[in-house]
Amino acid sequence: MLAAVLSLTVLGAVLGVVLGVANRFLQVEGNPVVDEVLEMMPGSNCGQCGFPGCAGAAAAVVDGSAPATLCPPGGKALASALAAKLGLSLDLSGMDDSGPKLAAVAEELCIGCCRCAKVCPTDAIVGAARQIHNVLREACTGCESCVPVCPTEALLMKPMPVTLQHWVMPRPAAVA
Amino acid sequence: MSEYILLLLSTALVNNVVLVKFLGLCPAMGVSKSVDSALGMGLATTFVITLAAGASWMLENWLLAPLGLSYLRILTFILVIAAVVQFTEMVIRKMSPGLYQALGIYLPLITTNCAVLGVALLNISQQFGLFKSLVYGFGSAMGFTLVMVIFAGLRERVALSRVPQAFDGAPIAFVTISLLALAFMGFSGLNI
Repeated sequence: MLAAVLSLTVLGAVLGVVLGVANRFLQVEGNPVVDEVLEMMPGSNCGQCGFPGCAGAAAAVVDGSAPATLCPPGGKALASALAAKLGLSLDLSGMDDSGPKLAAVAEELCIGCCRCAKVCPTDAIVGAARQIHNVLREACTGCESCVPVCPTEALLMKPMPVTLQHWVMPRPAAVA
Repeated sequence: MSEYILLLLSTALVNNVVLVKFLGLCPAMGVSKSVDSALGMGLATTFVITLAAGASWMLENWLLAPLGLSYLRILTFILVIAAVVQFTEMVIRKMSPGLYQALGIYLPLITTNCAVLGVALLNISQQFGLFKSLVYGFGSAMGFTLVMVIFAGLRERVALSRVPQAFDGAPIAFVTISLLALAFMGFSGLNI
């Protein structure tokens, strides 16, 4: 009994120390700029940019192989923030940005097939099989992954509704 | 010398871990979509299996057997395997970030790859010496790598061909690997 407890404890401690030392020597310094850019991305890994996820997109933006406008969910706001951070010139003309949009389910069309809930990267779509689904606005990031999988085209991208939590005072109109 | 070569051949081909003993099927199905990542996975697993075979032999013969703690065998082996896998993960993350990305979740899952524990346990039951168990582990791992690479090559070819819709994806992969297993059964007629 004592031998078993002692030997396993010693074994675990030795392995832990070895791994700790190895971790110290094999530490990877990631590019800090990539990490900061990754922080600015939506982080839902929706894949609309063509990269496997936000990490891949951040690396591509930093090394210059992708433009700052690559992230559709991020919109113009993210594009200008990225350009300012990395000192890139920016051409926003190609970007279609009508403000942030969220997914919404058209109740009369939804058949409750659950396909949208399965692809949602943030689990923002609730609803059981054969029940009408709904989108949790707080969780939806507007990545549009759910739109193409819906067999009845019941998922629409609607402008983010103004609620008490989201309302901001409009800027004063410019005085001429 | 020829004894070791025969042991290597017989573990890699005749008693192949994946196709004859059916160990380690999870990475064999999971990471075999491209030859590059299959080769990377195979080499990482080779490293782990060889180290784990040696370490488990030392544990068994220098710690567990003298203290009469053989009932702790699986527990200690898993502990050592987990540590070796963590170490491998750190090394790969340092040496090859691309491979680290490609292997993804399957890298930490080498811990639960039953081929690793299976080889360590089979090693003990066959009562090899230290060097022989290292050869046994290395041979098994080489067999694993061989199957991974062959299967990934086959899957790359299958991905480009027209497969009936009912068989597309995983089913055709299972059919392919079963045919590969039949082919490997031919090695059991090898007279060594």
